[in-house]
Amino acid sequence: MQAARRSIRRGVRSLAAVAVCTTLATAAQAHNTWLMPSSTVLSSPQWVTVDAAVSNDLFYFNHVPLGLDNLVVEAPDGSRVEAANPHRGKLRSVFDLNLDRTGTWHIAIVNRGAFASYQLGGEQKRWRGPAAQLEKQIPAEATELQITESVSRVETFATVGKPSKISLQNEGLELVAETHPNDLFADEPASFRLAVDGKPAAGVEVTVVAGGTRYRDALAELNVSTDEDGRFSVNWPAPGLYWLEARVEDDKTTIPKAGKRRLAYTATFEVLPQ
Amino acid sequence: MKLTHGLALGSLTALIGVPAMAAELGLTIEIPRLNVAEYHRPYVALWIERADRTVAANLALWYDLKLKDAEGEKWLKDLRQWWRRSGRELDLPIDGLSGATRPPGSHRVSFGDDAGPVKDLAAGQYKLVVEAAREVGGRELLEIPFQWPPSAPAEGSAQGKSELGAVKLTLKP
Repeated sequence: MQAARRSIRRGVRSLAAVAVCTTLATAAQAHNTWLMPSSTVLSSPQWVTVDAAVSNDLFYFNHVPLGLDNLVVEAPDGSRVEAANPHRGKLRSVFDLNLDRTGTWHIAIVNRGAFASYQLGGEQKRWRGPAAQLEKQIPAEATELQITESVSRVETFATVGKPSKISLQNEGLELVAETHPNDLFADEPASFRLAVDGKPAAGVEVTVVAGGTRYRDALAELNVSTDEDGRFSVNWPAPGLYWLEARVEDDKTTIPKAGKRRLAYTATFEVLPQ
Repeated sequence: MKLTHGLALGSLTALIGVPAMAAELGLTIEIPRLNVAEYHRPYVALWIERADRTVAANLALWYDLKLKDAEGEKWLKDLRQWWRRSGRELDLPIDGLSGATRPPGSHRVSFGDDAGPVKDLAAGQYKLVVEAAREVGGRELLEIPFQWPPSAPAEGSAQGKSELGAVKLTLKP
């Protein structure tokens, strides 16, 4: 099971690399995609900087940058703000944010796209890109066409002063924070829910990995499943940065002709010492 | 009912001739002298915590409150338990709570039940909490349990290992 997952990850990663290297930035199926803010708990308004990467180790830049095309930063009042100084390097992307108001800032990269596989002239072909280009990009004579819709959300949070409520988009796979993501402490259980299109996502496997994987042999994944209300809890064994991921596949597609939909949710949390 | 109670207490005090004195919570906090290349005075928060870890009273907050543009507030989150339990809910600076950082040495503060933060402290079991965090340095948190109001003079103490020295709590009925 573990080995199978690993090899799937590897395959998926190389696909992601291709996607990221084109300007599409639909790293939807990539593993270990993450945002890493320089601070998550702040006592006064100030700048933070955020790294964005797709990597093998958490949280080190050793593979490809995560595209920032679909970056959405929501201020505590729900308004959208632009990132400053966006930069795309060879191994990571980076941007600055002026957290000039108190409350919780929601930082997310939401990639929507389509994935197609088909036969053309006796050859197996694959394509991925924005759904709007499907018609144009897939030749009319293609056979055995299979289209998969993909929505992936990679996010993190930072709070100035008192944590405020995080709003949901009710699209794709999202985290409902019962314990605020900027109020996490070691040895204190945190409670969350997963939702698909705003509705409870039951029986979903959630993977949690502590950062610093480069310096230990075991990945030491924590795996939990959501209950019938989509709820799960995590007891952080130690302070540090954590990476959380969940995936869901369903048939609630919004793209015509798409047979299934792949949803992914990834988040970075900072857990403080007591 | 309340009135009767007050009268009874009053007459009792008159009867045994004890002057009506206010209960007092006193604290001596030692900030250690550290031999480090870059020394900054620690930020210190003093508060009273209930059994469920909610804050019953904030006693003092020593930080760089005179820096321009409230720059000193940037590091208040390093007092991370205080920040989480109450700091982030407050609008700083607060008169009677906020004060300048203190140098190495022993510092004495006291609070009477006639005014200030312990005036409305309900009877019960509490913890006195002292948290210190130093720029380019470490952080330490000490706790001393106590009963309020004290029925007799009482003392409590805790010994810090890094950012705090001896902390002594004195209660007078």
